[in-house]
Amino acid sequence: MNQSVPEVSPYLPKWAEISRIEDLTESEKLFEMHLVSGEPLGHSPGQFVELSVMGIGEAPISVSSAPRETNSFELAIRKVGNLTNAVHNLVTGDTVGIRGPFGTHFPVEETKGKDILFVAGGIGLVPLRSFINFVLEHREEYGEVTILFGARNPSEQLFLDELEQWGSREGIKYLETVDRPDQNWKGHVGVITTLFPKIDIDPSKTYCIIVGPPVMYRFVILEAKARGIPDTQIFLSLERRMKCGIGKCGHCQINHIYVCQDGPVFRYTDIFDLEEAL
Amino acid sequence: MELQVFDKSDHDLFVQKLINNYQVEGVKRKEDSFCYGSIKSPGDLCLDFDCTIGPPKKYFLPPEETLLRFTTVPSLEVTAVIESTPFILFGVHPYDLKAINQMDRIFADGVPDPHYLKRREAALLIGVDPTRVAPRAFWADMEADAVSNGFDLMFTDMGESFIVEIGTEKGGDLLTQYGKVRPATRNETRERVNIRSQISNMCKKRGLTFPKREIPQLLEHSEGNIFWEEKASKCLSCGTCNLVCPTCYCFDVQDDMGLDLSNGERLRRWDGCLLQDFARVATGENFRETRASRYRHRFFRKGLYLFRVLDDVACVGCGRCASSCLPDIADPVDAFNRLKETEK
Repeated sequence: MNQSVPEVSPYLPKWAEISRIEDLTESEKLFEMHLVSGEPLGHSPGQFVELSVMGIGEAPISVSSAPRETNSFELAIRKVGNLTNAVHNLVTGDTVGIRGPFGTHFPVEETKGKDILFVAGGIGLVPLRSFINFVLEHREEYGEVTILFGARNPSEQLFLDELEQWGSREGIKYLETVDRPDQNWKGHVGVITTLFPKIDIDPSKTYCIIVGPPVMYRFVILEAKARGIPDTQIFLSLERRMKCGIGKCGHCQINHIYVCQDGPVFRYTDIFDLEEAL
Repeated sequence: MELQVFDKSDHDLFVQKLINNYQVEGVKRKEDSFCYGSIKSPGDLCLDFDCTIGPPKKYFLPPEETLLRFTTVPSLEVTAVIESTPFILFGVHPYDLKAINQMDRIFADGVPDPHYLKRREAALLIGVDPTRVAPRAFWADMEADAVSNGFDLMFTDMGESFIVEIGTEKGGDLLTQYGKVRPATRNETRERVNIRSQISNMCKKRGLTFPKREIPQLLEHSEGNIFWEEKASKCLSCGTCNLVCPTCYCFDVQDDMGLDLSNGERLRRWDGCLLQDFARVATGENFRETRASRYRHRFFRKGLYLFRVLDDVACVGCGRCASSCLPDIADPVDAFNRLKETEK
């Protein structure tokens, strides 16, 4: 033990002040915040932070906004546990703890000049939105953009305003579906893979970026492969219990990789043969 | 390497001087077993033991420790708790030293963890060669019967005396300041080699049927082996194997709020990959739902995943998991040998 030991704990969060809260669905809210220090979060699309409320705990949450000039960032949070319940009770002006950003990001550089097929299932839209918005803000640098979004039912659709904009914006093909429609739903019904026959892509130059519940990956990957998209051009983001964010605690381990450091964004060819990954 | 000889009649005085000047932790007898605890008098210390119930990892990675301390009144103040008191850990067998060496790397590599490293830095480790072999031990097979570093002093019981190897300058100072030693003769140095190899050979009696270096490859091809299901069907998911393992370090982080809500702590607690909820996420998905997947994961982590990080198998052959497992399914020797037998 001859090396010098750092004095700063990697578990000590920075503080962020909530500047705006928006209800997305019954169980999801969007929190816009900025670091109290004034510095930017410095994230890339697809990375996550460890969000905490002192006295309640800490949990990994993906950043939902594209990096922007104002230094603010957005977290879309579903109320599912102690921490997220507590966060839902916060109001504008409250502060939360932030560690990170952690992990890998979507292939923002590699996809430049290429076509992108975004496939989002349910709350998977939250991390994917950071990349979608980044691409839309730098539209001229990317080729054809297709977005597929599937939700269990219409009330679980997030970011309704943006979905509408995507649907009407020139130069984007946006398709949505729900598994279980309500009386007002007039759109497509079925699981997300049923949207694939409706899209027209040039597989050789298309990157497929997938985020959704675990069960979705296997089926969407099969569709993407069937359409001829090369395995090396398929990317996905995996959810695991990233407790520490620094590759120590062991919870997010899949084989020899730590999702908090080697992921959450993976190229399909890097994980396709890992037991327990997909 | 010059070895020193330390007469056993001087040993109690040496330990007493250490106690006078340091906090001393070491191996104590507990009924028919042995455990690590505070040494308050020389008679507490027992260096003639086969294996302790729990490993010494608790001194560097306590079962529960405070990472952050906070107050909420008048406003939120949060401070990191990075504390350490110098202490001596007396009586660590080579396999446990090897485990500590591995854990040092885990907590130092990548993002360093000062909570662990500060405590580790404050410790003086006095190793001791085993005089007895625990019934389920197989450390000789895991090449953990001797370590070349990781100790400040290393004792070997020679009957009437101890031979002491000095591992660090700090260790050497400790010995010259508080002990009465003379350089070992050639014969004594040779005798130490004999004693060490005798005990190593005793440890090989129930051992692996194949060389340790084949373990990673063996596991790599065992994914679908029925062995995992068979054994795991008896698993209680109690996590005892994790608890007693000197190389298990997985942890959870939780907050503890004071009753008056004005202060609290963020705590790190040991966790275990055999426990049911270890890989469960907030939405309810459990990525290792079955006992077989968790049971298999532990062996894979020791023999394959951490091997890729440490370039060594993360099992040191102490045998604690085997002797602590109620349904007796945790024995790595049994697992590895069975996998070898049924290898395709």
